[in-house]
Amino acid sequence: MKYLHLIWAALFRRKTRTILTIVSIVAAFLLFGMLDSVRTAFESGSTSAVGARRLVTSSRYSIIQPLPQALRNRIAAIPGVRKVGYANWFGGVYQDPKNFVFSYAISPEYLDLYPEILLDPAQRKAFDATRTGAVVGRTLAKRYGWKVGDKIPLQSTIFPQKNGDKTWPMDIVGIFDVSKDAANGLDQALFFHWTYFNEANAFGQGTVGWYIEELSDPALADRTANRIDALSANSPNETKTQTEQAFQASFAKQIGNIGLIVVGIMGAVFFTLILLAGNTMAQAVRERTSELAVLKTIGFSSRSVLMMVLAESVLLLLIGGLIGLGVASALGPLVTQGSGGLVNLPSLGAATWGMGVALMVLIGLLVGALPALRGMRLNIVDALAGR
Amino acid sequence: MRTFKRFLVNAGLVIALVVAVGLWVRMPWIGAVAIAVALVFWLVLARSGRRTLSVTQVGLSTLGQRLGASSVIVIGIAGVVGVLVALLAMAEGFQSTLQRTGSDDTAIVLRGGSQAELNSVLGRNDVDIISQAAGVARDASGKPIASPEVVVVANLPKKSDASIEANVQIRGVGEQAWALRPNVTLIDGRRFKPGLRELVVGQGAQRQFAGLTVGHQLRLGGQEWTVVGTFVSHDSHDSELWGDVKTVASAYRRGSSVQSVTAKLTSPAAFDTFKAALTSDPRLKVDASTTRTYFAKQSENLTKTLRIVGLVVGIIMAIGAVFGALNTMFAAVATRAREIATLRAIGFRSVPVVVSVMLETLLLAALGGLLGGLVTWLIFNGYTASTLGANFSQVVFQFRVSPGLLWNGLKWALAIGFIGGLFPAVRAARLPVTTALRES
Repeated sequence: MKYLHLIWAALFRRKTRTILTIVSIVAAFLLFGMLDSVRTAFESGSTSAVGARRLVTSSRYSIIQPLPQALRNRIAAIPGVRKVGYANWFGGVYQDPKNFVFSYAISPEYLDLYPEILLDPAQRKAFDATRTGAVVGRTLAKRYGWKVGDKIPLQSTIFPQKNGDKTWPMDIVGIFDVSKDAANGLDQALFFHWTYFNEANAFGQGTVGWYIEELSDPALADRTANRIDALSANSPNETKTQTEQAFQASFAKQIGNIGLIVVGIMGAVFFTLILLAGNTMAQAVRERTSELAVLKTIGFSSRSVLMMVLAESVLLLLIGGLIGLGVASALGPLVTQGSGGLVNLPSLGAATWGMGVALMVLIGLLVGALPALRGMRLNIVDALAGR
Repeated sequence: MRTFKRFLVNAGLVIALVVAVGLWVRMPWIGAVAIAVALVFWLVLARSGRRTLSVTQVGLSTLGQRLGASSVIVIGIAGVVGVLVALLAMAEGFQSTLQRTGSDDTAIVLRGGSQAELNSVLGRNDVDIISQAAGVARDASGKPIASPEVVVVANLPKKSDASIEANVQIRGVGEQAWALRPNVTLIDGRRFKPGLRELVVGQGAQRQFAGLTVGHQLRLGGQEWTVVGTFVSHDSHDSELWGDVKTVASAYRRGSSVQSVTAKLTSPAAFDTFKAALTSDPRLKVDASTTRTYFAKQSENLTKTLRIVGLVVGIIMAIGAVFGALNTMFAAVATRAREIATLRAIGFRSVPVVVSVMLETLLLAALGGLLGGLVTWLIFNGYTASTLGANFSQVVFQFRVSPGLLWNGLKWALAIGFIGGLFPAVRAARLPVTTALRES
């Protein structure tokens, strides 16, 4: 620590070069921060702890195949299932087919199964009491300027009403927030009553898209899932039950291997960065050969010269990297707000920061290694003579 | 006063730079070629051009001593171009796979308001009315070439990892489906027989999912089905499994309803007649579009997203690369300060000096652009990937590194080189001769 001012002075010996290098490092870590937060958002559903307590039961054959609502009571009777709810995908759009709304027709218990949904108790009561009531996430409400008390015409791309009309009038009775550990996108959802949906729906009466079960003990997940699937084995509606984590993970995997793409891009970026920062450090040490020799002459050990050069390169990476991550975390909410929630760039999580700092130190050590060794092995006489 | 003047000049440079890069991005290749030709003529014919050439030669001959620093420019720009081209190639591959699926002389009819086949329902009567509508082509025996189709989604284990199940699209097709899509050709086995639980599988689906080889049995909708053939179509049907429409509909308890009707039109111009006939029919409430617009629309969202991601990532990486190039070229100018000052002292004007530094940077940048494009082309051209399509099922597509994309990448590389070289070049020209000569 006592050498900090010395290291700092060495780092900013050539201001232009150091600043230009730092800007490159900022760009690299800005990209890292943004891409990694996208990746985590993508995988968020599969890592949240609450998701491990819940099971999802859907049709064994395909996600589009409905299940009978009659299954509900039989699932509820299985030991280990504390609560059970069900939902239907509504495929809603608002005003224009481009304005897609993540909308679900849900059973009364559904909101209790998701403690991540923070709904005011009074609004919850109003929801239970209103047949055509709907609750919406804060971000969604903001995007279309919906307020409690609004009546909105939500259209379904899938389900017409019995009279052939595809517009379903709904009353907004509540706007909910979501807790921190909620799956990405939950604050853009709309929930309304399955009973309303079922009464007015032209086709497929008495069917639900999927069941959600809350376990009394997450350790019982596999056993309970097998028991639920056994209920409808060899019937036309065989089911497949898995934890919500596994369900979301398999879904995310189908969209594409986002993790691989991110790793590929960042690999190219960091490879270039190592070359660039390495070049800067090599130049810096070459220029200072005689200064380092003087340091050694006045009693600095070879080891401390090595450490000082390493510290210099790590410091270079840390300055640039932290600025980059800082910009990324400031930019994320800005983009999210600017696009009205259409593009959701969550702010950086602790894991991203941790990995980012680890990468800075690692790359710093890597690019500093060769110049530092050179500094350590310096022969005082040769260096001072300029040989 | 001097610093203020310098500030004004620098600000002017930045504005000129922005304008130049803006023009450059929009420029077609013919414009770029014209600039290159003009540059070559100037270098060879004009007096100042020949001087520039000789200064550039001196600069290039010392490039070997600055190998490490110069490789920062080449590799940095190669990285930008590589990532950019790869992301855009993904977008282009997906788009072209879906676009190829459609044509102007076939039309698809869905229930009004449904955007994808999966959301649509058409009754038996609707199918008959649509098949008989004006504008539909007929085969030799006078039957309309139209296929009522059912699309269902099934879970099948992936080939890469049997524990992962992904969605595959099963399309129940009518008898005329083969006449409707002449590009679908069998490469193995035979067609399915109507009424039997038999399937033919697309080549893309066969590569993605386990157990889809000819002769294999698989369980769908609670029943055993046999794979009897493999087909190839080089479009999004490649990711599908085809069976008889009635058999598939009954296995998935759809009754006599189907989801879409695809019809061959007598000519692309007949689409308007066909559409008018359907919309004016009071018995129908359907949307008709040519298959080209239908499939193009399906690729719109993902393609747009990928393009935006590609641009954002490319721009951020380009900023990094620009500063890397600036760093390298400033250092290059600094090491050559004496030499440049000598040139100035013996009467070289600043233009040859500026242009020679620019040329050197652009040369390195072009090298980086070519390297990045080449590596991406070698790795990704034809690379097979899959994602979730509009019908909630996997669409297999191939990356397409087209010449247009490579040219685009080269343009980016040159723009980065231009920005990275300009300021060091100006610094070189402004170098005070006396101090530069005195410095060691």
